[in-house]
Amino acid sequence: MSSTLTPVRSKRSALTKGQLPKYAPYVVLGLALIVGAAILALIGFNAFGWGIVSAILFAAGLVGWSAAVEGSRKAKDKLATCLVVGSFLIALLPLISVIWTVLVNGVPGLIAPGFLTSSMNGVTGVYDNKAVEEGAPVIGGIYHALLGTIQITLVATLISVPVGLLSAIYLVEYGHDGRLARAITFFVDVMTGIPSIVAGLFAAAFFFAVVGPGTKTGAVAAVALSVLMIPVVVRSSEEMLKIVPNELREAAYALGVRKWRTILKVVIPTAISGIASGVTLAIARVIGETAPILVTAGFATSINNNVFGGWMASLPTFIYTQILNPTSPANPDPSSQRAWGAALVLIILVMVLNLGARLVARTFAPKTGR
Amino acid sequence: MTATPLTSSQGAGRAGDKIFSGAALTAGCLILAVLFGVALFLVVQAIPALTAPAAEIQGGEGFFAYIWPIVIGTLIAATIALVIATPIAIGVALFISHFAPRGLASGLGYVVDLLAAIPSVIYGAWGAAFLAKEISPAYNWLAENMGWLPIFQGPASATGKTILTAGIVLSVMVLPIITSLSREIFLQTPKLHEEAALALGATRWEMIKMSVLPFARPGIISAVMLGLGRALGETMAVALVLSSGALTASLITSGNQTIAAEIALNFPEASGLKVSTLIAAGLVLFVITLGVNMIARWIITRHKEFSGAN
Repeated sequence: MSSTLTPVRSKRSALTKGQLPKYAPYVVLGLALIVGAAILALIGFNAFGWGIVSAILFAAGLVGWSAAVEGSRKAKDKLATCLVVGSFLIALLPLISVIWTVLVNGVPGLIAPGFLTSSMNGVTGVYDNKAVEEGAPVIGGIYHALLGTIQITLVATLISVPVGLLSAIYLVEYGHDGRLARAITFFVDVMTGIPSIVAGLFAAAFFFAVVGPGTKTGAVAAVALSVLMIPVVVRSSEEMLKIVPNELREAAYALGVRKWRTILKVVIPTAISGIASGVTLAIARVIGETAPILVTAGFATSINNNVFGGWMASLPTFIYTQILNPTSPANPDPSSQRAWGAALVLIILVMVLNLGARLVARTFAPKTGR
Repeated sequence: MTATPLTSSQGAGRAGDKIFSGAALTAGCLILAVLFGVALFLVVQAIPALTAPAAEIQGGEGFFAYIWPIVIGTLIAATIALVIATPIAIGVALFISHFAPRGLASGLGYVVDLLAAIPSVIYGAWGAAFLAKEISPAYNWLAENMGWLPIFQGPASATGKTILTAGIVLSVMVLPIITSLSREIFLQTPKLHEEAALALGATRWEMIKMSVLPFARPGIISAVMLGLGRALGETMAVALVLSSGALTASLITSGNQTIAAEIALNFPEASGLKVSTLIAAGLVLFVITLGVNMIARWIITRHKEFSGAN
C-alpha cells in the first residue's frame, strides 16, 4: 500500500491505520444506551425494550463506523460478531427467566410448613378456599410425590443399569462389530429418538395386554422410564468402555486372566467414573419426565409405598395436575403455589444430579499420569 | 481374591466366561426385543381404532379425520420451534466454539447443558404462567398491524395461550440440543483449514464461512433433524401452554393441537375405544419421529464415510 511510504502525519502508527480504535465498541455502546433510553422515553420506557433497542443501535453504529473506516470486509466481520454474541445473549434470556420465575414463585411454596413432609391426602378445595379468603396457611405438600418419584426412578434405574451396562459390554467386548452388534447400535440410536409419551404408551399397552386393561402402577411407569433410560446408559457406557486402553486388556490376558474377570476387574474399574456419571445424567434426564408417568402411573393424592399396586404420584405429574386441575377451581392460587414449590424441588434435584455426575467423573477419573 | 490352586479354578473360570458373555448377549437382545415390543404392542392396541366404524371414533368421522388436524398441529408447532431455534442455536454454538474466550467456553458449554437438563414440565409451567402473559400484547400488535397475513389473523388470544407461544417454548427446549451437537461439530473442524484461511488474511467471519460452515453443514442438518424429533414428541410444553381447539391457520388465536399433548390430556381418563384411538395416535407420532431420526442418522453416517475428518 502506498500509505506505508508516505510520512505518517498523525500519532497513530501506519500499521494500525484504517482500524477502529480500541475504545470504539465502548463509545458506541455508551451512545447506543443513551440514544436507546431517549427513544424509549418517547414511546414509554421499559427495561426489556431498552435492551433490544440499544443492542440494535450498537450493532448498526459499530458496523456503520467500521464500514466507513475499515471497509466492507471488516464491517461484515463486525456484523457477524454482533449477531453471534447477540444470539448468545438471546439464548440466555429464557434460562434466566425460567430460573427466576421458579425461584420467585417456588420459594413461598417451599418454605410453607409441612410442604416436604405432608401429602395431599384429604386436602380439598375447602382448605384452599379458606387459605385464600381467610388467610389460613396453605396446607398439603409433596411428600407423596417425592416418595413416588424416588421409587419409580429407583426401579427404572435397577432395570436400566444392568441391561444398559451389559449391552454396552456386549457391544465393546463381544460384538466384534458383527451383524448383531450393528443392529443393536442402530436400534439404540432409534430408541434415543422415541418420544417420551410413546415410551409411556408402550409400557401402558404392554401391561394392558399382559396384566389387564387399565393397569396403572409405579412399576409400569418404571418400565416406561427404562425405555427412555436404557439407550442413554448404553451410549455413555459404550463410549467409556471404548476408551479403556487395549494394553490393559492384553496385559490381563497375558497374565492368564479369563475374559470375564478381565472385564470385571480391569475394564470396568478403569471406566467406572465415566459410567457412573453417565448413569447419573440418565437419572437426571428421566426424573423430570412427565408424560410417560402421566399415562402409566396416573396421579394420586396420598402416599403409595407399593410400586406394584395402585396409582402413584410423582413430582412432575404433581406439578402438571396442580396447574391444570387446581384442587380448588375457584381459587387456583394455593395449587399454583404448591406446583411452583414442587418445580423448585425438582429443579434442585436435577441440578444436584448434574453437578454430582460432573463431580463423580472428576473425582474418580483414572489417574493418567505416571 | 482367594488363593485357590491354579488347576481347580479353571473350570469355574470357563463357566464364568460363558455366563458373562451369555448375560451380555441377552441384554443386547433384550434391547432389540423391547423396541420390537414397542412397535408390536402399539400396533396390537391400536388396531381396534383403525378397524372401528367411523361413527364411534371421537369426532364421528373416522380415525383419519381425527388424526389429520393434530398431525398438522404437531408439524406447525415443530416448524415454529425450528425456525426460531436453528439460527440462534448455530449462533450460540459458534460463540462458544470460536468467539468466546478459551477459559469461558467450557463453562458456557456447561450452561447450555444445564438448559437441556431442566425438565419439560418446568418449561411448560414457565410458558403458561410467565411467557403467555408477557407475550399477549405482542400478539395484539401483530393482529392489528399484520392481520392481513393469514397466520396473524385476529382477534388475538387474550391469554396468550396459542400455538405460537407453544412453539416458542419448544424452541427454548430444542435450542440446547441443536447447540451442543453443532458445537461439537464446529470444534472438529480441521485446525489447519482454519489457520490456512486466517493466514491468507481472512477475517474471523470469512474464516468461519470458508472453513467451518462447509465442514459442518451435514452435522448442522442432522442436529436440526434431531431437534425436530424432540420438538415433535415434546408433550408437556404444549399440553400446559396451548389452549387447544380445532385446526386454525392463525398462530395467535387459541386452537390447534399436537399429537403428544392430545394423548397426555386425554389418556388418564380414557377407556375402551378411546384408549385405542390415542395409542394409534401415539403410533403415528412414533412413525413420524422414527422417520425424522433415521434421516438424521443417515446424514451423520454418510458424512462420516465421506469426510476425511474421522
